[in-house]
Amino acid sequence: MLPHRFQYHRPDNLEQVFELLDRYGDDVAPYAGGTELLLALKARVLRYEHLVDLKRVPGLKGVCESDGQIVIGALSSHFSLATDPIVKRLVPAYAALSDNIANIRVRVSGTIGGNLCFAEPHADPPAMLAALGASLTLRGRDGQRRVAMADFIEGEFTTVRGPAEVLTEVRIPAPAASARYAYCSFGHLERPAVGIAAGYCPERGTPHYRIWAGAIAGRPAQLRSVEDALEGVPPDKLGDVLAEAASAAAQELPAHDDLQGSADYKRHLAAVLTRRAVEQAAGLQPRRKAA
Amino acid sequence: MDATERMMLSFTLNGRPVEVDVEPSDLLLDVLRNRLGLKGTKRSCDVEVCGACTVLMNGLPVSSCTTLAADADGQTVLTIEGVAQGGELDRVQRAFVEHAGMQCGFCTPGMVLATTALLNVNPKPDNAEIRHFLRGNICRCTGYIKILEAVKSLV
Repeated sequence: MLPHRFQYHRPDNLEQVFELLDRYGDDVAPYAGGTELLLALKARVLRYEHLVDLKRVPGLKGVCESDGQIVIGALSSHFSLATDPIVKRLVPAYAALSDNIANIRVRVSGTIGGNLCFAEPHADPPAMLAALGASLTLRGRDGQRRVAMADFIEGEFTTVRGPAEVLTEVRIPAPAASARYAYCSFGHLERPAVGIAAGYCPERGTPHYRIWAGAIAGRPAQLRSVEDALEGVPPDKLGDVLAEAASAAAQELPAHDDLQGSADYKRHLAAVLTRRAVEQAAGLQPRRKAA
Repeated sequence: MDATERMMLSFTLNGRPVEVDVEPSDLLLDVLRNRLGLKGTKRSCDVEVCGACTVLMNGLPVSSCTTLAADADGQTVLTIEGVAQGGELDRVQRAFVEHAGMQCGFCTPGMVLATTALLNVNPKPDNAEIRHFLRGNICRCTGYIKILEAVKSLV
């Protein structure tokens, strides 16, 4: 049994969810996969009098294509996204990322919506979804609003989601056929110490790059200085430009010491992983230093 | 949608319908072990990392240490006790026996169930796919080679 008792609600529709969230305010938590919430309850880090289980609310799971966007129900598990034919076809790098989160049991239970709303900094999806230009749909009693993934997470365990709002879907603009994305992460535990998402997006022959750093700071950080340095640089000319820009940008990241490593170590990882992720997105073979 | 102090769960457990009343804060692992007497599912790390508490929910592995019993309501749950049929070990269990894919045996129920799920979703996994799927099941006797040989023998 968990350390604290709570009341459990299993609403059938979103109207009931909104009513419960409204009625119980600070005493209630939406409950999705539970892979993070239940751990925090067990560890006595969080305590709620009420859990509202979202898993049986219809319409919150699954993936579809709509108006050039990939629309992902927030209650979709990482496992379902790793194996989804639409995700695999249109954003294979995100499918691969989903297939490497934690372990198979966490991927089966854990949901993308729960992952984003819990906003644990050492998570894989936020940086990639930000690089892909994803937006999130938040619904409440009075309607819905769209928030860019880039603006959703404010800091550690903090998002712009209001207490009576529910994240219902993640929308990813389908990348151009010529665009390629990659995600490189490293951590000695099941969570990433640092994860870098990179996109190579040529437009009319001119290469553009999108690069986001995840896990290292309280929220995903866009590496604009690296993007600017690489603007227009074709893959076969990345070489030293990329290495220097990645190292310089990594030194500026607001890293701090934690269980995942020291700030210096994580900045080193960020430089290395930025280089690897960009090279991978640009279609270059992995480069290894001579022994 | 009414809040419940206690709740009656109905689900399919090891192929049979079962009903059990629980508190909302009860974890599936505790209900399986302490209420239903199924001690094959182990508590070890208690934080979803080690895989000793693995059960299959609708054919896929979950950590019963970090799953509410309430989540089993209406679902199909398989524990290690439900793998053998009619007193005969199933092919995954036999492979672990034949290849000595265990030492102390504490992780073995989770290993067998994870392997069962792997073969459900991917009947012909290659070596990398086997390692990837079983990465979250930890054996502290360091017996992975024999376990992998057992799984490979099933492909």
